[in-house]
Parts: sequence; structure tokens; C-alpha cells
Amino acid sequence: MAAVKFTLNGKSQTVDVSPEMPLLWVLRDVLGMTGTKFGCGMALCGACTVHINGAATRSCVTQVKSVAGKSVTTIEGLSADVTHPVQQAWIEQDVPQCGYCQSGQIMNAASLLAKNPNPTDADIDEVMRGNICRCGTYQTIRSAIHRAAEIKARGGKA
Amino acid sequence: MNAITNVSRRGFLTAAGGLVLGVVLPERSKLEAQQFGGGVLPGAPAAIKPSAYIHIGTDDSVTFLITKSELGQGPMTSLSQILADELDCDWSKVRTEFAPVDTTLYGPVQGVVGSMSIRTLWSPLRRVGATGRAMLIDAAAQKWGVDKSQCRTENGFVINTSTNDRLSYGSLTDAAANLPVPANIQPKDPSQFKLIATPVKRLDTRAKASGRTQFGIDSRQPGMVYAVVERCPVFGGKVVSFDATKAKAVPGVKDVIQISSGVAVIADNTWSAMQGRRALVVKWDEGPSATVDSAGISKMLAELNQQAGVNARKDGAGADALTSGAKTLEAVYEAPFLSHATMEPMNCTADVKADGCDVWASTQMQTPSRDTAAQITGLPKDKVRVHTQFVGGGFGRRARTDFVSEAVEISKAIGTPVKVTWSREDDMQHDWYRPAASVKLRAALDADGWPTAYAADIACQPFPMVEKLSRTAVQGFDDLRYKIPNMQIDYHMASTHVPVSYWRSVGHSQNGFFIESFIDEMAAASGKDPVEFRRRLLADTPRMLGVLNLAAEKAGWGKPLPAGRFRGVSAINNVGSFNAQVVEISINRGKLKVHRVVCAVDCGHHVNPMILRQQIEGGMVYGLAAALKGEITINRGRVQQANFDTYDVLRIDEMPQVEVHIVASTEAPGGIGEAATPGIAPAVANAVFAATGKRIRKLPIRAADLA
Repeated sequence: MAAVKFTLNGKSQTVDVSPEMPLLWVLRDVLGMTGTKFGCGMALCGACTVHINGAATRSCVTQVKSVAGKSVTTIEGLSADVTHPVQQAWIEQDVPQCGYCQSGQIMNAASLLAKNPNPTDADIDEVMRGNICRCGTYQTIRSAIHRAAEIKARGGKA
Repeated sequence: MNAITNVSRRGFLTAAGGLVLGVVLPERSKLEAQQFGGGVLPGAPAAIKPSAYIHIGTDDSVTFLITKSELGQGPMTSLSQILADELDCDWSKVRTEFAPVDTTLYGPVQGVVGSMSIRTLWSPLRRVGATGRAMLIDAAAQKWGVDKSQCRTENGFVINTSTNDRLSYGSLTDAAANLPVPANIQPKDPSQFKLIATPVKRLDTRAKASGRTQFGIDSRQPGMVYAVVERCPVFGGKVVSFDATKAKAVPGVKDVIQISSGVAVIADNTWSAMQGRRALVVKWDEGPSATVDSAGISKMLAELNQQAGVNARKDGAGADALTSGAKTLEAVYEAPFLSHATMEPMNCTADVKADGCDVWASTQMQTPSRDTAAQITGLPKDKVRVHTQFVGGGFGRRARTDFVSEAVEISKAIGTPVKVTWSREDDMQHDWYRPAASVKLRAALDADGWPTAYAADIACQPFPMVEKLSRTAVQGFDDLRYKIPNMQIDYHMASTHVPVSYWRSVGHSQNGFFIESFIDEMAAASGKDPVEFRRRLLADTPRMLGVLNLAAEKAGWGKPLPAGRFRGVSAINNVGSFNAQVVEISINRGKLKVHRVVCAVDCGHHVNPMILRQQIEGGMVYGLAAALKGEITINRGRVQQANFDTYDVLRIDEMPQVEVHIVASTEAPGGIGEAATPGIAPAVANAVFAATGKRIRKLPIRAADLA
């Protein structure tokens, strides 16, 4: 066990856990933040995607010791009131079906738009192909990312 | 016909169809409903007038109890639309909760299989909503001292048509609850629908976009511990002995115990339990199936369908007529075992106490989950409370209750609440698979190329277990709509040690591929256009013909395509609905790409065209993933695939452009969740034939098939 200190959704957070424990399980089991999902444990499906210093990262293969001193953002911290442009677009276009993969989809899409404010379909496919959705919402994900780009360009107003 | 009865007085019951519909419930059930606040609401409204399906609060809130699990297929929204339309309440005030298991109120089995939710609840919920509205009108008429014919409703109010006075539903709910329930209230004429058949926004989207939706795997209970289970890699194997010394030395591991399905490692958190499991040493008796492999299973299936089978259907002279044709065709098709690969791995949380048991599960089968827990604990069924959680994908997998059994067994043994989480590898290697199948198909064509005889010999594992004829194995063949005078469908029972069960669209998932590919073979052998060929054979089936024509028209069937693009078609009837798909593909350097899928669907009355589109699109994607990539293979008795690296699924860069066209219809509602899954594999395979002249007779489609 070791104390690991990092910033979580803008607030300082210290956890006393095995330093090898993946961030995913620290979030879900130790901190009770279950918005970040377990899907594969091998960075193959993207359900566990969070931002570490702004970069989309698979928390299931990220040891908690590696985030010491860094800033972690989860779906719970993406916006105060579900108003991130990606979330607005997701709601507007009713993207989720079962919804289980959507936290990861949204976090990855938000990271994509932070780097590329106006992605093409090909840009979207390249970045989002790591996020599996078994309900088959991909077509709506693509269109919602384009819509989120528009909302973002208008300063976050739909 | 189901009568609607006042459950509070037990004067309101009917048995017809297994459904018991209540509008008003006694106080006891109100408490239960509050305890079971299943997900959406943090708690029940303070002033609630309880009923089996509808609660109207004195604060004008409207809460619908949803008896079906929300797997993404949208019952939370669509069932609410039906109730709200007939109740004529304010949609913006509608909230939902998952209903508790209650066989008295909701019939013998609460569960979600077979794309049944709207099909079975369309009429009952319309009548419940209409009856609730009638009772609110009665209450208002009494209050005003006027005849009820002088009252109408609008958006959550009863209005006195003489005075224009208005009373909100909330102000009438107490009075309405004490009124007798009027009999034979007729629902609206469909021309008066306000919400039904409109693309109302889903009620679950906002929570799902915020990460706040609680799935089964997110359940957390006070004092809860975490468990993972090591199971025998060979189905049917047993624990001989285990050594937990090293596992127990892993920090955080609390206990290691044997349960029916294997050895459970219990810890402070999931990761510690997983680490402990790695250090666990189990000696297995792998049993007699430890030498079975996929090649042997394929051989067994192929041999079976050469033998005499059990007849499932015979028209005219059956297979005897095959010899009378001008031309005969024969082909053997094969489909593999498939895993469900839901995004949320199997899991369950249970808390077993001496006097009761709580189960938090993402399940498709609430009543069997309850019964499983009752059986394991020895508690009466009414002491088991199943808390239905949001479900991160079901596709038939969660119609089983094996994951519930594990959590209940462990909690019973250790005396604390426990969450059992399956790893992705557990989920994929201990699934209840879509069965593998092999089908021998034969047809005779007359001199003009029209079929005179058709025969199918189907070798497939049965489920549920039957003695002779597996209805799920012959699905699609047993009600094949193509008009062929002589037809014979025979079933050959196969047996393997691999557990099999429902997989989205069930028997149609493989039989749709077999049927629609072989029809294409017949069309090609007769030198006819595949759409024209089907049209003629479907002339007596207008709804099939309707979707076929619509898909062909919207896809531009027969019109020129860009160089390198090819089309394929399929038409399927299943789950009470009809759909046709036309795909466009290309093949470049051995790589198949599906560019476009045009799907026409006739599902009768529909409730929400947006959810309908989602389900058609999603059902098609589920089938496309299997067609292009899905295969579970067996070696030394065990599943070889373990995670998404060895069992990949469709990803966004492989997603075609999809168009869904809905046939306007006033027929009884059909299912939608499984409608589009079977048709995509044959449509793609038929397009591959158009491109290469090679017939795909085995799934998944491999690069070697495309050369």
C-alpha cells in the first residue's frame, strides 16, 4: 500500500492503495466513481477511457502510481451539468442505446475535439475505432461528433 | 381479453394471457415500490398514488412502472409513450421506475426475450392508460357534480367543457384511487395518437451521457466485498482440489471458497480479487469433453444432416419432388458458435440474510433471477427482492441466471453483500453460445427456372432441451414464405458439451443466412435477377413484398453503381416483423468493405420511429460483426477466444452508411430488437457473389473467400 496523490476532476485526491492497482479500479471500487466502465481490462474496447493531463487514456491498463501528480478527468468531471459540447450533442441526437460504452465514447470524443476542432469522418474513425459499441451506435456517434464540433465553435451553446 | 381490475380490492383480475393489470394498488405495494426505486429516480415521489403501472402524485408527477429491463432497446421510453398517450398526461412530468418482480401483478415471468415488449404490452398498456384517464374523469365529474360526458382531458388536466374549469390529475388522484374501476374502457383510435408513432426523445439519454446511469456492475452496497470466480476451462469440468495459500497472501484478499461453478476469490476490491485468482492453484477434473475440438463438431454436424431427421414441415410431396425438376441444386452451409460479447461483462450483487435476499442484477429475466435466488437460499420467493438495474447489453445472454447464482451462493456462504464481476475472458469463455449449425439445402427448378421443390436438413444443437424437434433450430424454415409447392424441412438433433442459448434473433441468426443465400443461389441458377426472383415467390405475402420493393427502390436496385461496387439483397420475416436489406460492398486487395445498407422494415404499428431506427441499425450491426468476424472455436474442450483481440467486433471505421425506411402500417405491432440481425449476413454474402462469382457458404466471411 502506498499513498498516491493526484488531481481528480479538479480536486486534490489521495488514495492509499497498491500502487500497481489500475486507475479504473481505484476510481470504481475505492472512490465509488462508477461512471468509468470496465469492458476488457486490456485497452481493447475503450469503455474505461478517462483524460490524464487532457489526453484520452485507458484507465484499465494505467497503474495508479503513474498518475501521481497528474490531473485525471472522468465522465463525472467532464462538465458540471452535462453541458460539455459532446454531451449536449449526445443528448440532442439520442446517441446511447444501452449506454454502457458511452462514457468512454464521450471522453474519447471530447479529447478528439480538443485536438481537432473540426474532424472529418476519417479523423473520427481513426480516433474512435478503439471504442467498441455493441449496440451499433457508430453512425450516430459520427454525426454527434460533427454536431459537438459546431456547438463548441459557438462557445458551447447549442 | 384482459380486464382491468382494481388490485387493491382483488376485484380487478383476469388470467387471460397471463397478465394481471392494475390501476390501483394497496398501500403495501406502495411501500414495495418505494423500496424498489430501480434506477432512474433516487426515490419515489413523496405523495404517490400507487398502481401496477401508473402512479400519479398529488404534486402532478406521473411515474410509470416499467416491467421490462432496459437493455438499450428502449422500453423505458416506448412503454411510457403508450401509457402517457392513453392517459393523456403531461409528457414532461413523466418519470419511470423499474417494477419489482410481482407475479400477481405482472404475470408469471417478467423478462425480455424475443423482441416481445411492445408486442405483448401494446394492448394491455393502452387499456391501462385509457382506464386511468377514465377514472380521473370520473373523479372530476363527481367533484364538479356534472356528467362525465361533460369532461375531457388535455395534457394532465380534466376540463369541464361547459365552464372551462380545469383540475389537474394530481388534484384528482386521491379521489380517483377510491373509485370503482370502469369496465371495458376502449383505448383511443390510432388517428388520435399524440405520442405514439412520434420520435419522442429517450428518457434515459441524459443520465447515460453523464455517466450516472447505474448498471448492474455499478451496484455498491454497504459492507460489500468483491469476488471473481475461477471456472473450469472445459465446460462440465469439476474442481478436484485447490490450494489458496498464495491467493490468500495477496493483499486485499479476504477468502477463497468453492462454489458450484468453481472457486471464488473474495477481496476488498475487484482488482485484488483478480490478483488473488492469478495466484490460485486449482486442480480440475476436465471430464470427458476435454478432447473435443471444432473440427470434430463440424464433422459431426455435417454427418448428421446426411441422415434421416425429424420432420418439421412438409408441403406437397416434400423432398420426394426434388427429382422432378429440370435442374437441381444442392449446397451445405455452416455457421459457427458465437459469443454475445455484451459491453457490460456478466456480474451480480447479492446480499443474503437469514430473513431475506436482495439481488442487484442487470438481467433480462427478473422472475427467474428471483426464483434462482430463492432456490439457492431456501427462502420463500417473496423474501427475494430483485432490483433491476440498467443493462449494458443483453442480446440473449442475460436470459440466463448463472451469474445470479454465483453471487447468491457466495453471499450466502460469507454472510455479507458481494459483487461478483466476470472478466472479459470469463464472459467470452463461459458464455451460453449461439449454437453452431450445418444445413444441407436442396432445390429443384423447372424449365423456366422457377422452384418446384425445396428441402432443408438442419443439424443444430437444441435449446431449450427438447426430445425431438427444436423449434429454435428450425426458425425461419418453418414459416418460410417463398411460394414453392413442395417443401420439406427436417431437423437433426446435435449434441455437444458447449452450452447454447438465445443470441439476438435466435435460430434466424444462422437460418436467415442459409435461407437467403440459397435463394440467391436458386436465382442465379435460373438466370434471374435476385430481387425479381424473390418478388415472384413472395407474390402472396404482401408485407414481405412491400419491404422488398421499398428497399430495392430506395437502394436504386438495378441502377448502375460506381466501378467496383456490388449489391446484395435479403428479405426476412421474424419476430412478427418483415424487413429487407440491400447492401453495397467493394472488395479491394482482399478486403471487404460494406459501404451502404438500405433497410426497409414493416413492424406494424410502431411506437417510436427514432428508437425503431436505432434498433434496426443496431440489430444489423450486431449481425454484420458476426458475418465479418464472429467465430468461437473449441480446442481441447475449451473456448479459444478470450477477449476483443481474438474475438473482434465491428468498429466505427467499418460502419456502413445505414438508411432505415419504415413502412406505414396499422397491423399489430411486431418486434424490432432482433428484426434486422439475420438479414445482413446473406445480403453481404450475396453481394460478394455478385462481385466474385463465389458463393459464401460458411461464416464468418474470410479474406480467402474473396479472392
